[in-house]
Amino acid sequence: MSKVKSEKPRHPMTSKRLKNQFLNIVTNPFNVIVLITLVILFCLVVIPLIQMVASTFTLAKSETRRVHGEVGSFTMYYWKYMFASTLSSAAFFKPLIHSLVCGAFTVLVSVPLGSVLAWLLVRTDIPGKNIIGLLIVIPYMIPSWTKAIAWLSIFRNSRSGANGLLTGLGIPVPDWLAYGPIAIVLCMSLHYYAFAYMNVSAALRSINSELEEMGEICGATKPQILKSITLPLVMPAILSSIIMTLSKSIGAYGVAANLGTRIGYFTLATKMKQFIEKGPTGVGYSMSIVLIAIAALIIYGNQKIIGTRKSYATIGGKGGRSTDMKLGRAKKPLMVFLVFFLFMAMVFPMFILVMETFQITTGNGYGISNLTLYNWVGTVDQAQTYTNYPGIFRNPEFMSAFLNTVKLSFLTSAITAVCGVFLGYISTRGRGKWYGAMTEQLVFVPFLMPGVAFSTMYFAMFSQQHFIIPSLYGTFTLIVLTSVVKHFPFASRSGTSNMMQIAPELEESAMINGAGFWKRMQAIVMPLAKNGFISGFMLTFISVAKELDLIIIMMTPKMRTLSFLAFTYSQDGYAQMSDAISVIVLLFIVVCYVVANKVFGADIGKSW
Amino acid sequence: MSRIELKHVDKFYGDNHVLKDLNLTIEDGDFMTLLGPSGCGKTTTLRIVSGLEQPQNGIMTIDGVEMINAADAYYAEPSKRGLNLVFQSYALWPHMTVRQNIEFGLKIQKLSKTEMDKRVKDGLEMMRIGQYADRYPNELSGGQQQRVAIARAVASNPKLLLLDEPLSNLDARLRIDMRSELQRLHKTLGTTIIYVTHDQTEALTMSTKIALYRAGELSQVASPMELYMNPANLEAADFIGNPRINLIAGKAEYKNDKLYVHTNLKDYVFDKKDMTDQALPSGTFDILAALRPEQITIVDKDFPDAIPVKVYANQPAGSETLVSLQAGDSDFIAKTIGLRYFDIDSTVYIHISPSKINIYDAKSQNLIKRASLEDIG
Repeated sequence: MSKVKSEKPRHPMTSKRLKNQFLNIVTNPFNVIVLITLVILFCLVVIPLIQMVASTFTLAKSETRRVHGEVGSFTMYYWKYMFASTLSSAAFFKPLIHSLVCGAFTVLVSVPLGSVLAWLLVRTDIPGKNIIGLLIVIPYMIPSWTKAIAWLSIFRNSRSGANGLLTGLGIPVPDWLAYGPIAIVLCMSLHYYAFAYMNVSAALRSINSELEEMGEICGATKPQILKSITLPLVMPAILSSIIMTLSKSIGAYGVAANLGTRIGYFTLATKMKQFIEKGPTGVGYSMSIVLIAIAALIIYGNQKIIGTRKSYATIGGKGGRSTDMKLGRAKKPLMVFLVFFLFMAMVFPMFILVMETFQITTGNGYGISNLTLYNWVGTVDQAQTYTNYPGIFRNPEFMSAFLNTVKLSFLTSAITAVCGVFLGYISTRGRGKWYGAMTEQLVFVPFLMPGVAFSTMYFAMFSQQHFIIPSLYGTFTLIVLTSVVKHFPFASRSGTSNMMQIAPELEESAMINGAGFWKRMQAIVMPLAKNGFISGFMLTFISVAKELDLIIIMMTPKMRTLSFLAFTYSQDGYAQMSDAISVIVLLFIVVCYVVANKVFGADIGKSW
Repeated sequence: MSRIELKHVDKFYGDNHVLKDLNLTIEDGDFMTLLGPSGCGKTTTLRIVSGLEQPQNGIMTIDGVEMINAADAYYAEPSKRGLNLVFQSYALWPHMTVRQNIEFGLKIQKLSKTEMDKRVKDGLEMMRIGQYADRYPNELSGGQQQRVAIARAVASNPKLLLLDEPLSNLDARLRIDMRSELQRLHKTLGTTIIYVTHDQTEALTMSTKIALYRAGELSQVASPMELYMNPANLEAADFIGNPRINLIAGKAEYKNDKLYVHTNLKDYVFDKKDMTDQALPSGTFDILAALRPEQITIVDKDFPDAIPVKVYANQPAGSETLVSLQAGDSDFIAKTIGLRYFDIDSTVYIHISPSKINIYDAKSQNLIKRASLEDIG
């Protein structure tokens, strides 16, 4: 009855077979969608990348004065300029070292901080867990550039024209504290500790506390248990937080620009933007390729190191019972540490930020004579100082920026969420197939790219006409497109986890009952994916609303968003205006998050 | 009602050859069970029949109509095959009520409102779940969900009903109840059923035919009784039956149209009419005599042909008693009805009816002498 064949059969290519094969592919809408998706991803991810690499080897018109050669011909000028010219040190190597130093120290501060906070809140009997747990993620919802502005409102010295709190109290603040690496590292740490906090607390929750209790039964002391059982088990989570923090902070623009450029302290991201704006543009592009390469290298290293160890990251993944560790005498000091942290990271800067919006002269104390509502509702003729803007609620610039922000966030998150459903669908249903793997990889590429580098690439690519796509230079469409593609990795990830919950059998049984692809999508997949869809939408919305790095290069006066406006005012020395806008952005995001969380069950832990 | 024919079907997952040149015919009205351990290809066969998987090789027809022709890359859509499927996980749509679940396929078929209501009512009544029509699946117990899944599948009046391990998520008692329900369902509907399971009791109790799988190939296709009484090879013999079949080593020689067998228990001579058409080695060769535990009866000392054996262990379990026995270096188990007590290490006498013995060639592992089915039902 059986004749074993070990090789796959090869059928002769008859015309009937060819016809059927063709029909099998084109009559299935899923195949068509996969094809379209791959083409779109290729156009939006691969081509821009190639284009940008190519442009760093192509002589641009602006350089013909300095370089001998024809416009459009091959050149190594930009790479030489960056790596091997008299300007290399200032243009590339110093910013590179600054970026690496800031990144490394941010990791050193934020990862231990986040891990300890996670351990305290997940594993110990520290009181007030619910409240503290909520407060701890709030700093992450605050845009990182807002923190920089809050930092400035405390430490600003006379160099900026407007005094900060300390200078105003008569405490001299040296430049090295007010601006530069220390300020940058501390501000970024107070933002990126959230990565470590979220990763490690998820890992800790997945460990069965019986593993620790077993250690206790064997006679280990609490520090011994922490060191030899808990820490090794959460090590993969800690390593991956290190990687995420490092790759994010090296490419971060907003904080470094607010706190560094004033004293000429440039990082790769800020220097790159300078080159792109002031030329030679090609050098800026080369720098962004270096940034992408660094990020890719870090993530590749991460997969090499963690890949083999990931196996036990899910040990006891069912969670099981969890018994809190008694802190005993350590409880009080740790409580003090927590309260101190929350005060320093949240309450104090926010208080200063809010108060500054009511001050006539910053750093001049909160006496009644120095308080005003001018920054919020004043008119131009009331201007008491050199400000020639009205209060933000009477300022047409603010109103248009607010509308732009809402419009941009809404459009981007709506498009992203829809794309996410399809991307997630393709990744889950194509698991183990070539197109599934390819989609996942293409979609992941934007994650490697720091926001400034990514938008630079798009800016370069879509400034000219391509086939049927017109030049998008200076259009709102370009900003939306950039934001959408940059959020693809997140969209795909949330779409995938959404689709994972829908068992393939649910679709297969509909298929057997005669439901075609679109019918299945409409009657089965969409209704079941609804909640995940909405929470994906809200999380993208929040992320875009606070975005600065990604859109800063493309801003034109007509399209300013709130974050850009705050950044501009801060750079121009209108500290109170900038603060007021930051407060509005903050309120807007918190309101959105509360709505997302309460109404749709969205979880900030799933955002970036 | 329909007749399904699978010819030379091959299925690969990557380089993994999961179905190897499978040939299987399912007659109209059969309750065909695909039986085998997990990973042997039985669910893959079911999914190929349903159209959810496409084989790389082979042809499938339903009632003579070609549904699969791999050489032409022709695969009819699942919904065009006139069948329905009950999944192991039930696959009830969680956002639809019981009624909506059942109506879904009927709406796609664009049935009239009256016809649809009748079908839904019939399905609900047949599976006795009428009172749950407006509940959501997560408001039902596992057994009720199971009934909804079956009601949904039969509502479309399929010519062929496919069931993929439908009872494996139920507890032991419900499983016994559902076995009789499914048997009655088959009788009422008269539909051809293909049923996948790894549970031999389910296979033996419900099916009209069983296809026994072994690593992507068919090991034997037979009626439940034939499969139980005459497993075609040692592996099948070992897989079917609980407690497992007794195997006793021995020697045999075939001469003058008779098989002469020597075992530790006794010597036997079998007629040519009881032999299978397996080719036999010449001269004396090794054999294994196979014997179901219930075919060994414990008898009085003076029973004709009684064989003395030693009691090794004794397991009375209420309705039956399992006795482990030893004869020379052969161990075997006898099963007797009711509670019996035997002292360990005592000697008892057993009787074995020669016609009930299976003989296997130890080398080829194939059945060479059949047991008679005469005095069984």
